[in-house]
Amino acid sequence: MLKISDLHASVEEKSILNGVDLEINPGEVHAIMGPNGAGKSTLGYVLSGRDGYEVTGGDVKFEEQDLLDMEVEERASAGLFLAFQYPVEIPGVSNMEFMKESVNAIREQRGEEPLSAAEFLKKAKAACKQVQLPADFLKRGVNEGFSGGEKKRNEIMQMILLEPKLCILDESDSGLDIDALQVVADGVNSQRDGKRSFIVVTHYQRLLDYIKPDFVHILANGKIVKSGDASLAQQVEKEGYAFLGKAFEEAEA
Amino acid sequence: MSEQIEQALERKYEAGFYSEIESETFESGLDESVIRRISEMKGEPEWMLDWRLKAYHAWLEMEEPDWAHVDYPKIDYQAISYYSAPKSMKDKPKSLDEVDPELLRTYEKLGIPLHEQEMLAGVAVDAVFDSVSVVTTFREKLEEAGVIFCPISEAVHKYPELVKKHIGSVVPRTDNYFAALNSAVFTDGSFVYIPKGVRCPMELSTYFRINEMNTGQFERTLIVAEEGSYVSYLEGCTAPQRDENQLHAAVVELVAKDDASIKYSTVQNWYPGDEDGKGGIYNFVTKRGLCHTNAKISWTQVETGSAVTWKYPSCVLKGDNSVGEFYSVALTRGRQQADTGTKMIHLGKNTRSTIISKGISAGRSNNAYRGLVKMGPKADGARNFTECDSLLIGDECGAHTFPYIESRNPSAIVEHEATTSKVSDEQLFLCQQRGLDPEKAVSMIVNGFCKEVFKELPMEFAVEAGKLLEISLEGSVG
Repeated sequence: MLKISDLHASVEEKSILNGVDLEINPGEVHAIMGPNGAGKSTLGYVLSGRDGYEVTGGDVKFEEQDLLDMEVEERASAGLFLAFQYPVEIPGVSNMEFMKESVNAIREQRGEEPLSAAEFLKKAKAACKQVQLPADFLKRGVNEGFSGGEKKRNEIMQMILLEPKLCILDESDSGLDIDALQVVADGVNSQRDGKRSFIVVTHYQRLLDYIKPDFVHILANGKIVKSGDASLAQQVEKEGYAFLGKAFEEAEA
Repeated sequence: MSEQIEQALERKYEAGFYSEIESETFESGLDESVIRRISEMKGEPEWMLDWRLKAYHAWLEMEEPDWAHVDYPKIDYQAISYYSAPKSMKDKPKSLDEVDPELLRTYEKLGIPLHEQEMLAGVAVDAVFDSVSVVTTFREKLEEAGVIFCPISEAVHKYPELVKKHIGSVVPRTDNYFAALNSAVFTDGSFVYIPKGVRCPMELSTYFRINEMNTGQFERTLIVAEEGSYVSYLEGCTAPQRDENQLHAAVVELVAKDDASIKYSTVQNWYPGDEDGKGGIYNFVTKRGLCHTNAKISWTQVETGSAVTWKYPSCVLKGDNSVGEFYSVALTRGRQQADTGTKMIHLGKNTRSTIISKGISAGRSNNAYRGLVKMGPKADGARNFTECDSLLIGDECGAHTFPYIESRNPSAIVEHEATTSKVSDEQLFLCQQRGLDPEKAVSMIVNGFCKEVFKELPMEFAVEAGKLLEISLEGSVG
C-alpha cells in the first residue's frame, strides 16, 4: 500500500529526514517511536504534503501512485488521513459544516454522489457516539474551545467519517488520561478491518498496549534505526533509547 | 503566505459586463443649468428644484473630506456626466412587456428576479439602472397593504407632502460634501412608506447598476416607517468593468417613528478595479437613520466591491429606549481601500446599540473600521457594545481600527472589543488534509469569520452573501 524509499526531507534548509525506508501492507499497524526531534511528526507532514516540508530525495508510492507529486487534498482523496497532534481552530465554522464539506469533497473526487444532509447527519452522529463525544459537538466551531482530549477524539471522529485507507496518528495519545486514551484506542481499533493500515506515531509504549502494532520502528536522527515487533516498544519503555547503543550513536553522529 | 491563497484571491469580477442600450446621457460637467435640466427632465415641482439649488450652492462652498484612511487621485467633478437614462425609458413602460429586452437580459445576468413569475420569492424589486428607476414590481400587493414603494422621482409627484416633509430630515442637504452633491444632482432612487401599524408583507429590494461610461450614480433612498410598522429592505449594487473610476455618491435616509422597526441590508458588489488598482467605483455614501421612541433600526452590510469605500451607516437614537444595530462584513482585496463603520448617536434614555464589524483584507488592500459612539448628556442608562474583528489574508494588506467614543453621561456604558487574526497556513493545511481545495478552504474560513453578521441577513440573501464572498475569493487554482 505504502512504500517509502530513501526519503530525505528538510525544513527551512535543515535536514530532518535522512533516508527513511518503510513498507506498509494493507491491514498492518506500524508504530513509530523515537526520541524528540527524531523526525516523527515530520514524516507525517511530508507524507501528507504540508507546505514548508521540502522533499530533497527519495520517493513514496501510495497504491502505485507517486504520492509526492500529489497536492495535499489529492492525497486526502486518495485515502491518506493525518490525525493532528495539535489540531487548529477554525472559528465560526461548525464541525458539522466542516466535515460535511470534507466528506463530500472526497466523495466527489472518488466519483461518488455527495451525501445528503440527513445521510451525513446520521453517520456523523454515529461517529460521535463511537468516540463518546455528545452529538452537539457537531454544532460547535471546529476545535473551538475544545479541551486537549476533545480535540484528539474529534480527530478520530473525523477519521471514522472519512474512511481512509491509510491513517497516520501523530501522537494521538499525548495529553490524554487513561480513560480518554482507551476511547481513542477503541475508536482506532474499530477501524481495523484487515485492509486499512495505520502509522501510529507515539512517545510511549502505553498507547501500544491498546492499539497492538504489527511492527515497531525506532526513528532516530531522521532514519529508521531499528525495527521489530511489539516487544521492541516494551524494551524502549524499560530501557529508553540508550539500548540502541551503537546503532543509535551512529545515527546521532 | 502560501502561493495557493494568493492564487485563490485572483479572481474575475463576474458582473463586469456592459449592456448595449441606447441611452440619453448628459454631457459631462456640473453647473446650475445641469441641475435645472435634471429637474426639468423629471418634471419636478418648483420646491424640489429650489432644494437642489440650495444644496448645490452649499456644495460649492464645501471641501472634499480628506480624513479617511484612503488615497485616490483628485476627482474632477466637471468630467462626470450627471444624468444617463436608457432611451426607451422616455415613454415610461407600463409593464414588463414594454421594458427594453436588453435591459431585462442585463437583470437576468445579474440574477435579479424581475419577472413576476420569479417573484414567488416574495421580493419586490425596484431596479435603478444608471440614473432612473426602471420598474417596480409587486406594487399591487404592496398597495393593498397601504405600502408605498416607488421611484423617488415618482414620489415627488404623487406624494409631495411626504417627500417634502422627510427628505433631508435625517441627512441635511449640507451634512457633508458628498451628501450635498447628491442633494443637488440625485437622479433617482427608492421611496418607501409604511403606514402606521403595518408590517410590510414582503422584503423590499432595490438593485443599482451603473452602466454608462463616465456617469456618476447619485441615488437617494428615503424610507419612512410610521408608528409601530415594520419593513425589511435590501439593496444590491453592481457595475461594468471599466478602466476609469466612476463615482457613486448616494444618500439613504431612514425614519423610524415610535415603535417602528427598519431592517436595511446591503450587498454591495460594485466593480473594485483590477489587481493594480485601475478603474473601479468610488463609493462615497451617506446613510443614516433616525429612531423615535422604542424604534429600532438595523443596518447590515456586506461590502465586497468598490475601489474606494467611504461609508458609515449610522443611527441617531433620539427616542427613549430606541435601538440601533450595525452588522458589517467588508472584504477588500487587490488594491481596494475601504474606510467604513458606523455612528451611534445616543440621545434618548436607555438607548442601546450594537456594532459588529468584520473586516477581511487580502492582497495589497487596506481595510479600516471607523466608528463613533456618542452618549449625549440625556442618554441615561444608554449602552453600547462594539466588536470589531479583522482577518488578514497574506502579508501585504492592512487592517486598521479607529474607534471614537464620546460620553457625556456618567450612567452610560460603552464596551469595545477588537481582535485581529490571520488565515493561517495551519488552518489551510487542516482543510486540505481533509480533502478541501485551497479556494474552498479560504472561503470556508472567511465565512466562519463572518457568521455573526450573515445570520442577520434575510435568509435568501445570507446565502447570496456567502456565495458572493466565495466568488470574491475565487481564483484560478487548479
